[in-house]
Amino acid sequence: MTTQPPGGGRIIAALKSAGVGFVVALPDIVTSDGLLWPISRDPDFRLVRICKEDEGVAICTGLSFAGKRAILLMQQTGFLDSVNAIRAVAVEYQQPVVMLVGLQGKEPGVAPSRSTKVSVNIVEPILDAMGIAHHLVETDDDVSAIAPAIETAYAASRPVCVLIGRPPSVPA
Amino acid sequence: MMKRDACLKLLARHVREEAIVATYQAAFDWMRIAPRDLNYLSIGAMGLASSHGLGLSLGRPDRRIIVLDGDGSLLMNLGSLATVAAAAPANFAHLVFVNGVYEANGSHPLPSNGSLDFAAIARGAGIADAAAISTLAEFEAEIPHILAKPGPVFRALKVVAGEPSPQDYAYIHGAETRTRFRAAFAR
Repeated sequence: MTTQPPGGGRIIAALKSAGVGFVVALPDIVTSDGLLWPISRDPDFRLVRICKEDEGVAICTGLSFAGKRAILLMQQTGFLDSVNAIRAVAVEYQQPVVMLVGLQGKEPGVAPSRSTKVSVNIVEPILDAMGIAHHLVETDDDVSAIAPAIETAYAASRPVCVLIGRPPSVPA
Repeated sequence: MMKRDACLKLLARHVREEAIVATYQAAFDWMRIAPRDLNYLSIGAMGLASSHGLGLSLGRPDRRIIVLDGDGSLLMNLGSLATVAAAAPANFAHLVFVNGVYEANGSHPLPSNGSLDFAAIARGAGIADAAAISTLAEFEAEIPHILAKPGPVFRALKVVAGEPSPQDYAYIHGAETRTRFRAAFAR
Protein backbone atom coordinates (compact mmCIF):
# COMPACT_ATOMS: atom_id res chain seq x y z
CA MET A 1 0.00 0.00 0.00
CA THR A 2 1.40 3.37 -0.99
CA THR A 3 0.35 6.87 -0.20
CA GLN A 4 2.21 8.23 -3.20
CA PRO A 5 0.10 10.35 -5.53
CA PRO A 6 -1.02 8.61 -8.70
CA GLY A 7 1.72 8.55 -11.29
CA GLY A 8 0.80 10.57 -14.35
CA GLY A 9 3.03 8.34 -16.46
CA ARG A 10 1.32 5.23 -15.14
CA ILE A 11 -2.13 6.66 -15.89
CA ILE A 12 -1.06 7.53 -19.41
CA ALA A 13 0.37 4.03 -19.85
CA ALA A 14 -2.91 2.58 -18.59
CA LEU A 15 -4.85 4.61 -21.17
CA LYS A 16 -2.60 3.33 -23.93
CA SER A 17 -2.85 -0.27 -22.74
CA ALA A 18 -6.64 0.04 -22.88
CA GLY A 19 -6.48 1.19 -26.48
CA VAL A 20 -7.37 4.83 -25.91
CA GLY A 21 -6.26 6.90 -28.88
CA PHE A 22 -8.34 10.06 -28.41
CA VAL A 23 -8.36 12.41 -25.44
CA VAL A 24 -11.21 14.90 -25.44
CA ALA A 25 -10.50 17.54 -22.84
CA LEU A 26 -11.10 20.79 -21.11
CA PRO A 27 -8.26 21.87 -18.83
CA ASP A 28 -8.56 20.98 -15.15
CA ILE A 29 -5.98 22.15 -12.67
CA VAL A 30 -5.90 18.76 -10.88
CA THR A 31 -4.84 16.91 -14.02
CA SER A 32 -3.14 19.71 -15.94
CA ASP A 33 0.53 19.01 -15.24
CA GLY A 34 0.35 15.25 -14.69
CA LEU A 35 -1.95 14.32 -17.56
CA LEU A 36 -3.13 16.97 -20.00
CA TRP A 37 0.19 18.67 -20.74
CA PRO A 38 2.03 15.35 -21.25
CA ILE A 39 -0.84 13.99 -23.34
CA SER A 40 -0.78 17.14 -25.48
CA ARG A 41 2.84 16.32 -26.40
CA ASP A 42 2.33 12.59 -26.88
CA PRO A 43 2.03 11.49 -30.52
CA ASP A 44 0.13 8.36 -29.46
CA PHE A 45 -2.91 10.50 -28.66
CA ARG A 46 -5.13 12.74 -30.75
CA LEU A 47 -6.11 15.54 -28.39
CA VAL A 48 -9.45 17.23 -29.10
CA ARG A 49 -9.74 20.49 -27.18
CA ILE A 50 -13.37 21.37 -26.47
CA CYS A 51 -15.21 24.47 -25.29
CA LYS A 52 -17.79 22.81 -23.02
CA GLU A 53 -17.71 19.39 -21.48
CA ASP A 54 -21.03 18.14 -22.89
CA GLU A 55 -19.52 18.44 -26.36
CA GLY A 56 -17.09 15.79 -25.21
CA VAL A 57 -19.84 13.35 -24.24
CA ALA A 58 -21.08 13.43 -27.83
CA ILE A 59 -17.62 13.42 -29.42
CA CYS A 60 -16.60 10.34 -27.41
CA THR A 61 -19.85 8.67 -28.44
CA GLY A 62 -19.32 9.45 -32.12
CA LEU A 63 -15.82 8.06 -31.84
CA SER A 64 -17.10 4.84 -30.29
CA PHE A 65 -19.48 4.37 -33.22
CA ALA A 66 -16.39 4.66 -35.39
CA GLY A 67 -14.68 1.94 -33.36
CA LYS A 68 -12.29 4.31 -31.61
CA ARG A 69 -11.66 4.54 -27.88
CA ALA A 70 -11.55 7.89 -26.10
CA ILE A 71 -11.57 9.49 -22.69
CA LEU A 72 -13.27 12.71 -21.64
CA LEU A 73 -10.88 14.54 -19.30
CA MET A 74 -12.43 17.31 -17.23
CA GLN A 75 -12.98 18.81 -13.78
CA GLN A 76 -15.96 17.94 -11.57
CA THR A 77 -17.58 21.27 -12.45
CA GLY A 78 -17.61 20.18 -16.09
CA PHE A 79 -19.10 16.85 -15.11
CA LEU A 80 -21.84 18.66 -13.20
CA ASP A 81 -22.48 20.93 -16.15
CA SER A 82 -22.83 17.91 -18.45
CA VAL A 83 -25.21 15.78 -16.42
CA ASN A 84 -28.06 15.96 -18.94
CA ALA A 85 -25.84 14.92 -21.83
CA ILE A 86 -24.37 12.12 -19.72
CA ARG A 87 -27.85 11.03 -18.66
CA ALA A 88 -29.19 10.99 -22.21
CA VAL A 89 -26.28 9.78 -24.29
CA ALA A 90 -24.16 7.71 -21.94
CA VAL A 91 -26.80 6.30 -19.60
CA GLU A 92 -30.04 6.04 -21.59
CA TYR A 93 -28.36 5.18 -24.88
CA GLN A 94 -25.88 2.89 -23.06
CA GLN A 95 -22.75 4.29 -24.64
CA PRO A 96 -19.17 3.72 -23.43
CA VAL A 97 -18.31 7.26 -22.37
CA VAL A 98 -15.18 7.08 -20.23
CA MET A 99 -14.76 10.10 -17.98
CA LEU A 100 -11.65 11.08 -16.05
CA VAL A 101 -12.70 13.75 -13.60
CA GLY A 102 -10.31 15.81 -11.52
CA LEU A 103 -11.80 16.59 -8.12
CA GLN A 104 -10.59 20.13 -7.66
CA GLY A 105 -10.61 21.14 -4.01
CA LYS A 106 -10.98 17.67 -2.51
CA GLU A 107 -9.12 17.41 0.76
CA PRO A 108 -6.24 14.82 0.69
CA GLY A 109 -7.24 11.48 2.16
CA VAL A 110 -10.89 12.45 2.53
CA ALA A 111 -13.52 10.43 0.67
CA PRO A 112 -15.18 12.57 -2.01
CA SER A 113 -18.61 12.21 -0.45
CA ARG A 114 -17.21 13.51 2.87
CA SER A 115 -15.52 16.54 1.36
CA THR A 116 -16.64 19.89 2.72
CA LYS A 117 -16.73 21.17 -0.84
CA VAL A 118 -20.23 20.81 -2.27
CA SER A 119 -19.08 20.47 -5.87
CA VAL A 120 -17.01 17.47 -4.75
CA ASN A 121 -19.34 15.79 -2.29
CA ILE A 122 -22.30 15.56 -4.68
CA VAL A 123 -20.39 13.86 -7.51
CA GLU A 124 -20.56 10.25 -6.30
CA PRO A 125 -24.24 10.48 -5.30
CA ILE A 126 -25.05 11.81 -8.77
CA LEU A 127 -23.07 9.01 -10.40
CA ASP A 128 -24.84 6.49 -8.18
CA ALA A 129 -28.23 7.97 -9.03
CA MET A 130 -27.45 7.51 -12.72
CA GLY A 131 -26.08 4.00 -12.15
CA ILE A 132 -22.63 4.91 -13.48
CA ALA A 133 -19.71 2.84 -12.19
CA HIS A 134 -16.97 4.94 -10.63
CA HIS A 135 -13.48 4.48 -9.25
CA LEU A 136 -11.46 6.81 -7.05
CA VAL A 137 -7.80 7.25 -7.95
CA GLU A 138 -6.16 8.83 -4.94
CA THR A 139 -2.86 6.94 -4.69
CA ASP A 140 -0.54 5.22 -7.11
CA ASP A 141 -2.01 1.84 -6.16
CA ASP A 142 -5.38 2.96 -7.45
CA VAL A 143 -4.05 3.47 -10.98
CA SER A 144 -4.29 -0.26 -11.68
CA ALA A 145 -8.09 0.03 -11.74
CA ILE A 146 -8.13 2.35 -14.75
CA ALA A 147 -7.38 0.02 -17.67
CA PRO A 148 -9.84 -2.69 -16.53
CA ALA A 149 -12.50 -0.01 -16.01
CA ILE A 150 -12.06 1.17 -19.59
CA GLU A 151 -12.12 -2.38 -20.93
CA THR A 152 -15.33 -3.08 -19.02
CA ALA A 153 -16.96 0.12 -20.25
CA TYR A 154 -16.35 -0.77 -23.89
CA ALA A 155 -17.15 -4.46 -23.46
CA ALA A 156 -20.46 -3.69 -21.78
CA SER A 157 -21.17 -0.46 -23.70
CA ARG A 158 -21.67 1.49 -20.48
CA PRO A 159 -20.20 4.73 -19.12
CA VAL A 160 -17.61 4.79 -16.37
CA CYS A 161 -16.13 7.59 -14.32
CA VAL A 162 -12.62 7.65 -12.87
CA LEU A 163 -12.38 10.28 -10.16
CA ILE A 164 -8.90 11.73 -9.79
CA GLY A 165 -8.64 12.68 -6.12
CA ARG A 166 -5.10 14.10 -6.12
CA PRO A 167 -2.95 15.74 -8.77
CA PRO A 168 -1.10 12.97 -10.60
CA SER A 169 2.68 13.28 -10.53
CA VAL A 170 4.35 14.73 -13.60
CA PRO A 171 5.81 11.97 -15.80
CA ALA A 172 9.60 11.94 -15.97
CA MET B 1 -38.38 31.23 -48.70
CA MET B 2 -37.11 27.64 -48.93
CA LYS B 3 -39.02 24.87 -47.26
CA ARG B 4 -36.85 22.62 -45.13
CA ASP B 5 -38.28 19.41 -46.56
CA ALA B 6 -37.72 20.67 -50.10
CA CYS B 7 -34.04 21.16 -49.26
CA LEU B 8 -33.82 17.69 -47.82
CA LYS B 9 -35.52 16.13 -50.84
CA LEU B 10 -32.84 17.68 -53.03
CA LEU B 11 -30.10 16.44 -50.73
CA ALA B 12 -31.59 12.94 -50.64
CA ARG B 13 -31.20 12.63 -54.41
CA HIS B 14 -27.44 12.91 -54.07
CA VAL B 15 -26.65 11.14 -50.80
CA ARG B 16 -25.06 7.70 -51.11
CA GLU B 17 -22.62 6.42 -48.45
CA GLU B 18 -22.51 9.58 -46.35
CA ALA B 19 -23.47 9.35 -42.68
CA ILE B 20 -26.24 11.83 -41.93
CA VAL B 21 -26.40 13.17 -38.36
CA ALA B 22 -29.77 14.84 -37.91
CA THR B 23 -31.56 16.48 -35.02
CA TYR B 24 -35.14 17.35 -34.12
CA GLN B 25 -37.28 18.70 -36.97
CA ALA B 26 -34.58 18.14 -39.56
CA ALA B 27 -34.32 14.56 -38.29
CA PHE B 28 -38.07 14.01 -38.49
CA ASP B 29 -38.19 15.39 -42.04
CA TRP B 30 -35.11 13.39 -43.05
CA MET B 31 -36.59 10.16 -41.65
CA ARG B 32 -39.70 10.73 -43.77
CA ILE B 33 -37.75 11.61 -46.90
CA ALA B 34 -34.72 9.31 -46.65
CA PRO B 35 -35.06 6.46 -44.17
CA ARG B 36 -31.74 4.60 -44.27
CA ASP B 37 -29.40 2.82 -41.90
CA LEU B 38 -26.66 5.46 -42.24
CA ASN B 39 -28.81 8.00 -40.40
CA TYR B 40 -27.45 8.91 -36.95
CA LEU B 41 -30.46 10.19 -35.05
CA SER B 42 -29.71 9.56 -31.37
CA ILE B 43 -28.42 13.00 -30.42
CA GLY B 44 -29.72 12.63 -26.86
CA ALA B 45 -29.45 16.18 -25.61
CA MET B 46 -30.37 19.27 -27.61
CA GLY B 47 -27.42 20.97 -29.26
CA LEU B 48 -25.07 18.03 -29.55
CA ALA B 49 -25.54 17.07 -33.21
CA SER B 50 -22.38 18.81 -34.38
CA SER B 51 -20.39 17.17 -31.60
CA HIS B 52 -21.65 13.67 -32.41
CA GLY B 53 -20.76 14.40 -36.03
CA LEU B 54 -17.30 15.56 -35.09
CA GLY B 55 -16.65 12.32 -33.19
CA LEU B 56 -17.78 10.26 -36.17
CA SER B 57 -15.67 12.29 -38.57
CA LEU B 58 -12.50 12.06 -36.47
CA GLY B 59 -12.99 8.34 -35.99
CA ARG B 60 -13.63 7.61 -39.67
CA PRO B 61 -11.75 10.10 -41.84
CA ASP B 62 -12.66 7.95 -44.86
CA ARG B 63 -16.40 8.62 -44.46
CA ARG B 64 -18.23 11.85 -45.24
CA ILE B 65 -20.29 13.14 -42.32
CA ILE B 66 -23.18 15.55 -42.93
CA VAL B 67 -24.80 17.20 -39.90
CA LEU B 68 -28.38 18.48 -40.27
CA ASP B 69 -28.72 20.92 -37.39
CA GLY B 70 -31.23 23.50 -36.21
CA ASP B 71 -30.56 27.11 -35.30
CA GLY B 72 -31.91 26.74 -31.77
CA SER B 73 -29.90 23.58 -31.34
CA LEU B 74 -26.68 25.15 -32.56
CA LEU B 75 -27.17 28.14 -30.27
CA MET B 76 -26.93 25.68 -27.38
CA ASN B 77 -23.51 24.53 -28.58
CA LEU B 78 -21.92 27.45 -30.42
CA GLY B 79 -18.57 26.49 -28.96
CA SER B 80 -18.68 23.38 -31.11
CA LEU B 81 -17.94 25.62 -34.10
CA ALA B 82 -14.60 26.55 -32.55
CA THR B 83 -13.97 22.92 -31.65
CA VAL B 84 -14.70 21.82 -35.22
CA ALA B 85 -12.56 24.59 -36.66
CA ALA B 86 -9.62 23.57 -34.48
CA ALA B 87 -10.02 19.85 -35.18
CA ALA B 88 -10.44 20.67 -38.90
CA PRO B 89 -12.02 17.43 -40.12
CA ALA B 90 -11.85 17.37 -43.91
CA ASN B 91 -14.81 14.99 -44.13
CA PHE B 92 -17.28 17.13 -42.17
CA ALA B 93 -20.13 19.29 -43.47
CA HIS B 94 -22.53 21.15 -41.19
CA LEU B 95 -25.89 22.35 -42.49
CA VAL B 96 -27.93 24.51 -40.16
CA PHE B 97 -31.60 25.08 -40.90
CA VAL B 98 -32.41 28.57 -39.75
CA ASN B 99 -36.09 29.14 -39.05
CA GLY B 100 -35.76 31.47 -36.07
CA VAL B 101 -37.94 29.41 -33.75
CA TYR B 102 -37.83 26.46 -31.37
CA GLU B 103 -40.11 24.48 -33.65
CA ALA B 104 -40.12 21.25 -31.61
CA ASN B 105 -41.16 23.12 -28.48
CA GLY B 106 -44.06 25.30 -29.57
CA SER B 107 -42.36 27.51 -32.19
CA HIS B 108 -41.34 30.19 -29.73
CA PRO B 109 -38.83 32.63 -31.20
CA LEU B 110 -35.10 32.33 -30.62
CA PRO B 111 -33.55 35.15 -28.58
CA SER B 112 -32.30 36.69 -31.79
CA ASN B 113 -34.99 38.85 -33.39
CA GLY B 114 -34.15 36.98 -36.57
CA SER B 115 -30.86 38.80 -36.84
CA LEU B 116 -28.32 36.03 -36.22
CA ASP B 117 -25.82 35.51 -39.04
CA PHE B 118 -24.73 31.91 -38.51
CA ALA B 119 -22.36 31.91 -41.46
CA ALA B 120 -20.58 34.91 -39.97
CA ILE B 121 -20.50 33.22 -36.58
CA ALA B 122 -18.98 30.09 -38.16
CA ARG B 123 -16.39 32.12 -40.04
CA GLY B 124 -15.59 34.00 -36.87
CA ALA B 125 -15.08 30.68 -35.13
CA GLY B 126 -12.52 29.72 -37.74
CA ILE B 127 -14.50 27.77 -40.35
CA ALA B 128 -13.43 29.55 -43.52
CA ASP B 129 -15.77 27.69 -45.86
CA ALA B 130 -19.01 29.07 -44.40
CA ALA B 131 -21.87 30.71 -46.25
CA ALA B 132 -25.59 31.36 -46.13
CA ILE B 133 -28.06 29.94 -48.64
CA SER B 134 -31.54 31.29 -49.21
CA THR B 135 -32.83 29.70 -52.43
CA LEU B 136 -33.35 26.11 -53.55
CA ALA B 137 -31.40 26.74 -56.75
CA GLU B 138 -28.41 27.94 -54.75
CA PHE B 139 -28.67 24.95 -52.47
CA GLU B 140 -28.90 22.46 -55.32
CA ALA B 141 -25.84 23.99 -56.92
CA GLU B 142 -23.97 23.67 -53.62
CA ILE B 143 -24.78 20.02 -52.94
CA PRO B 144 -21.75 18.54 -54.75
CA HIS B 145 -19.55 20.91 -52.75
CA ILE B 146 -21.27 19.93 -49.50
CA LEU B 147 -20.82 16.24 -50.26
CA ALA B 148 -17.25 16.28 -51.46
CA LYS B 149 -15.23 19.43 -50.79
CA PRO B 150 -12.54 19.07 -48.12
CA GLY B 151 -14.07 20.59 -45.01
CA PRO B 152 -15.09 21.59 -42.59
CA VAL B 153 -17.91 23.05 -44.67
CA PHE B 154 -20.65 25.12 -43.05
CA ARG B 155 -23.88 26.31 -44.65
CA ALA B 156 -26.74 28.19 -43.00
CA LEU B 157 -30.02 27.58 -44.85
CA LYS B 158 -32.79 30.09 -44.33
CA VAL B 159 -35.95 28.00 -44.26
CA VAL B 160 -39.53 27.65 -43.17
CA ALA B 161 -41.16 24.38 -42.20
CA GLY B 162 -42.58 22.31 -45.05
CA GLU B 163 -45.06 19.49 -44.73
CA PRO B 164 -45.33 18.19 -41.18
CA SER B 165 -43.44 14.99 -40.48
CA PRO B 166 -44.27 12.35 -37.86
CA GLN B 167 -42.41 13.13 -34.66
CA ASP B 168 -41.19 9.63 -33.93
CA TYR B 169 -39.19 10.26 -30.77
CA ALA B 170 -39.40 6.58 -29.82
CA TYR B 171 -37.41 5.62 -32.92
CA ILE B 172 -34.89 8.42 -32.52
CA HIS B 173 -34.15 7.44 -28.94
CA GLY B 174 -34.59 3.70 -29.35
CA ALA B 175 -31.78 1.18 -29.54
CA GLU B 176 -32.72 -0.04 -33.01
CA THR B 177 -31.63 3.15 -34.77
CA ARG B 178 -28.22 2.96 -33.11
CA THR B 179 -27.79 -0.74 -33.84
CA ARG B 180 -28.61 -0.22 -37.50
CA PHE B 181 -26.35 2.78 -37.80
CA ARG B 182 -23.44 1.05 -36.08
CA ALA B 183 -23.62 -1.92 -38.44
CA ALA B 184 -23.95 0.25 -41.55
CA PHE B 185 -21.18 2.64 -40.49
CA ALA B 186 -18.77 -0.23 -39.82
CA ARG B 187 -18.98 -1.38 -43.43
